[in-house]
Amino acid sequence: MGTGKEPRRIVTDADARNISRVEELSYELKIADVMARNIHTVTPDMQIVEVLDLFRRNRISGAPVISDGKMIGIISLEDLIRAMERGNGHARVRSYMTVDVITVHSYDSVVTALETFARTHVGRFPVIDETERLVGMLTKGDITSGTLKALQRDYQEEEVRRYRASHLFDDIVSDRTSLILRYQIKQGDFTRGGQASSYIKRALLRLGANAQLARRCGIAIYEAEMNLIIHTTNGGVIWVEIEPNQISMATIDDGPGIADVDLARKPGWSTATAEVREMGFGAGMGLKNIERCVDEMNIESKVGEGTRLDLKILLPPEDSFRETGQQ
Amino acid sequence: MQLQEIVELIYGKVLTDDNDLQAEVQGGCGADLMSDVLASVQPQAVLLTGLCNPQVVRTAQMADVAAIVFVRGKVPTQDVIDLANSEKIPLITTPYGMFELCGRLYKAGLPSLERRITSALDE
Repeated sequence: MGTGKEPRRIVTDADARNISRVEELSYELKIADVMARNIHTVTPDMQIVEVLDLFRRNRISGAPVISDGKMIGIISLEDLIRAMERGNGHARVRSYMTVDVITVHSYDSVVTALETFARTHVGRFPVIDETERLVGMLTKGDITSGTLKALQRDYQEEEVRRYRASHLFDDIVSDRTSLILRYQIKQGDFTRGGQASSYIKRALLRLGANAQLARRCGIAIYEAEMNLIIHTTNGGVIWVEIEPNQISMATIDDGPGIADVDLARKPGWSTATAEVREMGFGAGMGLKNIERCVDEMNIESKVGEGTRLDLKILLPPEDSFRETGQQ
Repeated sequence: MQLQEIVELIYGKVLTDDNDLQAEVQGGCGADLMSDVLASVQPQAVLLTGLCNPQVVRTAQMADVAAIVFVRGKVPTQDVIDLANSEKIPLITTPYGMFELCGRLYKAGLPSLERRITSALDE
C-alpha cells in the first residue's frame, strides 16, 4: 500500500487553522498505537461452527488464518454467515476464508489505515511489522477508541501544564514568594471531614510535587483536620503556605485547649468519645502520625484559649517547586 | 496482583463505576482504625476494612490506597460511593469476614503492605 498513493492535497495556512486535533492525531498516531494486540487466530482446518463459537466468546468479528506460522487468509463474520446460509457449518475455514488479504503496517500512521479502509471497504486489516510478522488487528473501532484515548491524554497533559502553577515561582519576582491556602473547618462536620486535606494534596500535586511529598503533607494535614473536627469547640482554620523550598501548615482553633501537651503527644492517649472511636478515629495516634510525616512540629496550647499546631516540611533541592536551573 | 483477580478471589462486588480492574495492587492492609491505616499502609495497597463512612475514602485518598474492600457484605451509603467515584478509588464489597478475607488474599500471594512497628517487635 505504500505505492501508487495519490498525492495529498497541499494544505494552505487557511486550511491549517481548520485542521482539528483529531485530524492531526491521525497523522501523529501510528497504527501500532491503536491496533488490538491481543489477537485470536484460527487454522484453515477448523470448522465454521468452531470459529463462530470463538468469535462469540471473544466478541470479535474477524480473525487471521494461520498455517505453519504464516498468515494465509482472513475469515470474517460475513464469511461465516455465508457458510451457515448454505448449511455448511461443518465446512473448513479454508473453503470460506478470503485469501487476498490486505494488510497494513504497524509503523504507518493511522491516516494511512483510514485511506485504506475508504479505498477497499474492508472491515478489518491484519497488521504486520517490518519483518512481515503478524502483530495485531485493526478495525475502525480500534481507530476511534485509540484516537479518543489520545485526546484524553492530550487533555490531561494540557491540564497538568496549565495547572503546573509552579512556574508562578519562576515568573513572579519577589524576595520571597509564597502561595497561601486557607480553609475553615467546622466542628463535628464528619461528612466533609478530609475535604480540605484533599484539596491541599491536590494543590501540591498540581504544583508538581512528587507523590511521596504530597502523601506526607496529605496524611499530616488530614490528621490535623480531623482533630479540629473532633476536639475543638468551634472548629478552626487550616493555613498552608507553599514556598519553593518548604511547606508550612498550621491549624488554629479557639478552644478548648489541651491541658497537658506532652501527654497528648503520647501514642495511644486520647480523649475521643466512643462515637468518634466508632468512626475509626480517636486511637491516640494522630499527633504521632503527624510527627512522622513532617520535619518540624510544634504545639502551643492554653486551656480556655485554644491550640495552634505548626508543621513544616523542608524540600530538598530536587523537590523544589522552583524550576530555574532544572530541565 | 491485578484488582480483577482480587475481586474474583473474594467473590467481590464492585460498587463504583469506571474502575480500572487491570490496575496492579502491590499488597494489602487490614484495619478499622483510620490512624492505623495512615500510620502503616504503604502506597498501592488494597485496604480491607469494616468501616463504611466517608472518612475511609478520605483516608484512602491521603494514603494512596489503590482500592477499598468492605468485609461481611457491608455496603456504604450512596454519598460514600459518590465520593469514591469522584476520587477514582474503587470500592468492593465481599461476603467474607476480616480474618478469612485476609487469609484468602495472603494465601493467594498478596503480600502485606503494613509497615512493621519495629520497636514493638524488638522488645
